[in-house]
Amino acid sequence: MEGIVGYGAYIPRNRIKVEEIAKVWGADAPSYKKGLMLEEKSVPSLDQDTITMSVEASKNALKRALIDPKDIGAVYIGSESHPYAVKPSGTVLAEAIGATPDVHTADLEFACKAGTEGMFIALNLVASGVIKYGLGVGADTSQGAPGDALEYSAAAGAAAFIFGKENLVAKAHETYSYMTDTPDFWRREYQYYPQHGGRFTGDPAYFKHIKGAARGIMDKAGMKPEDFQYVIFHQPNGKFPFRVGKMLGFKKEQIEPGWLVNKLGNTYSGSSPLGLTSTLDISQPGDMILLVSYGSGAGSDGFVFEVTERINEVRESAPKTRDLLSHNINYLEYGEYAKFRHKIRKAD
Amino acid sequence: MSTPARYWREIPQRYRLEANKCSSCGKIFFPPRLLCNVCQSKDLEKTKLAETGKVLTYTIIRVPPHQFVDQAPYAVGIVELDDGVKIMGQVVDCDFEDIKIGMKVKVEFRKLFDVGESGILCYGYKFVPQLR
Amino acid sequence: MREVAAIGVGITKWGELWKKSFRDIYVETALLALEDAGVDRIDSMYVGSMSSGLFVGQEHIAALLADYLGQTPVPSTRVETACASGGLALKLGYMEVASGMSDVVLVSGIEKMTDVSGNEATYALGTAADQEYEGYHGITFPGLYALIAVAHMEKYGTTREQMAMVSVKNHKNGTKNPVAQFPFEITVDQVLNSVMVADPLRILDCSPITDGAAAIILYPAELAKKMGKPVVKIIGTGHATDTIELSQRTDITWLNATYLAAKSAYAMADKKPEDIDLVEVHDCFTIAEICVTEALGFIEKGKGGEAVEQELTAIDGKIPVNPSGGLKSKGHPVGASGVAQAVEVVKQLRSDCCDRQVSDARIGMTQNMGGSGASAVVHIFERE
Repeated sequence: MEGIVGYGAYIPRNRIKVEEIAKVWGADAPSYKKGLMLEEKSVPSLDQDTITMSVEASKNALKRALIDPKDIGAVYIGSESHPYAVKPSGTVLAEAIGATPDVHTADLEFACKAGTEGMFIALNLVASGVIKYGLGVGADTSQGAPGDALEYSAAAGAAAFIFGKENLVAKAHETYSYMTDTPDFWRREYQYYPQHGGRFTGDPAYFKHIKGAARGIMDKAGMKPEDFQYVIFHQPNGKFPFRVGKMLGFKKEQIEPGWLVNKLGNTYSGSSPLGLTSTLDISQPGDMILLVSYGSGAGSDGFVFEVTERINEVRESAPKTRDLLSHNINYLEYGEYAKFRHKIRKAD
Repeated sequence: MSTPARYWREIPQRYRLEANKCSSCGKIFFPPRLLCNVCQSKDLEKTKLAETGKVLTYTIIRVPPHQFVDQAPYAVGIVELDDGVKIMGQVVDCDFEDIKIGMKVKVEFRKLFDVGESGILCYGYKFVPQLR
Repeated sequence: MREVAAIGVGITKWGELWKKSFRDIYVETALLALEDAGVDRIDSMYVGSMSSGLFVGQEHIAALLADYLGQTPVPSTRVETACASGGLALKLGYMEVASGMSDVVLVSGIEKMTDVSGNEATYALGTAADQEYEGYHGITFPGLYALIAVAHMEKYGTTREQMAMVSVKNHKNGTKNPVAQFPFEITVDQVLNSVMVADPLRILDCSPITDGAAAIILYPAELAKKMGKPVVKIIGTGHATDTIELSQRTDITWLNATYLAAKSAYAMADKKPEDIDLVEVHDCFTIAEICVTEALGFIEKGKGGEAVEQELTAIDGKIPVNPSGGLKSKGHPVGASGVAQAVEVVKQLRSDCCDRQVSDARIGMTQNMGGSGASAVVHIFERE
């Protein structure tokens, strides 16, 4: 059976607090904190991008997988912030971990769902027997327009999963995807910041697709919410995952271990994958985990995992997600943040 | 502006710390060499450097070359890796006052600089403090 | 081999020479040397220049400068070993005369550094380091010497103040040098409060960006004696290399190429450090002078800082170091510095240095180095 052989996370050390952003735009910080359940978000340094974070998350996944990187047959990075418009991110990652040249590589983009897309393809290529191991990474250094509601959440981070058929940390019992064409959030070519449909991003977009995918995969697997120890939904803000969980019949306790958004922000393609790494960090053999991503445009990928005995052997082999979230933090003022995110116009 | 060839050629070293080792005297070379500078042997085998080490000396660059202007000030150190090989690299993710001779560091993959707004992105290793 | 004498020297005012072009600076300086030597023709010429290509966009300067000096078709050779280019040009000129190949050889060094911005100059100087494994990481020249300084402070207890004293001493000497770029005194406090460049080195620990040239005429000593002029001979020359990457050295506080170049020069001249009356050293940064005085054998290893504090290297000290003001006060047009050091030593040995004259100077030394010390050239001079 196929599943996860190794997993790894990466989160930059810089943070900016909601209050610091709100101060600049004259916004009401308490309402963001309460309304969206956001306190702070991660910010990449000038020397970090989707590629560098993908490499570090993948190296952490390799520390748990303990496989020869040459046996990795596919490398996929899902991101909406690939550093190059043309030229793959995945080739850098494949070189850096030593998987080249016998490897298939592709960069994926589907708003916040690109990470689970890479996981879906890598996992199913393993299942089909085409490759021995596959690496799927979700990573982003997302940009919200200055002063826009998204600026309070758009964050940076990466999660990487190596899939295979032996020495599994978690078996993958089921996958299922649910898609429609729903333009709730987009960024046109050559545009620096994305646009969104405001409240339209809620019911017809996030909630509809996550519910569709979650119900679809549970039907397919013949499972109910109470069959799962943990569930991870995409986390564009703090409130949405709890609300959709309630709609589907999940309890707060099932969601909380993978709920990082209050301190991390929305890492887009890294969001639900980081929720999964964080959940795996605390899970026990036999635990069932449901993962449902969401990407604007719009669609959701669902996965059902069952944790194996091997989790106890690999848990400590690489940094745990919540340790990365709390370790060596550096709070930025808005000026530094604006510099790091290239929001300041400089002379040539 | 140089072609990407110059960058591309060094990828094994910059991305994966590939080195070579003299089969006759055991000295490790980074970057790999065609000839051992100790015993003149031409028989060198591929190896990889350790990814952890300690700071031997360091400085904070406040007046940088033009490609590094946005990053300044930044720390650069010479690090002795656990295999005894000494290499230069930036020391990041810590306050300058926390950098000390003997500080334990590990390698992280970072973007070093870019070749202008439209040129290639140049990646490689930097050093970060080891997690306690 | 024939004995070789320096029969003429030339140097013009150094600084930010906005109105003067690369070629004009050269010709003015070379003409002074020709005039001083009393010759109007040369057999061959050498030009030390580190990076005319990056600083003024001009390569092939050997022919250009021969042409503008009105000396075509003499053979003209450009020499490059980073900041040791001038010193090496002197060595090659020496060899050409000593070998009997030529009688009158013009040796010069030149750099015009102010036609590019500060960041571009920082980059150009940085090319003397390993571009792929040092420059790639954003190190600069002040940065490389700062790495040496931090290690020297850690290993030997050298203090920040002792480094500042190198600068204070050299500026004091420079006040008496009419060609110096910065002929004014500074205090330890001023150094310690100047702008940080690469911790712990501050701007007043660093030699400046300078436009300038220096020239010297070499001639067989036997023939020079017949001219009835003071004869200053080159009696020792040494040249050595080290790893270009600072990190690859066994001890980064020890300038081994300088040590080995000096060893050769001492052996050739049959002299010891105690025989030297004055030395011009490559104080591109204050810590460099401290390390160089150790490597040349004047000061015990690790005691270079204390030596400055005890004024052993003052103009009236045990070993006067940089009576000209050194690179720090006189300026550092990189390719020219090695030749300018020789110009100063020749003038000192001829007792031509007025207020900054080292008394009873008969034997002098120059030490010129490139990069973080990977190239070093040492010469010993003696007055007949």
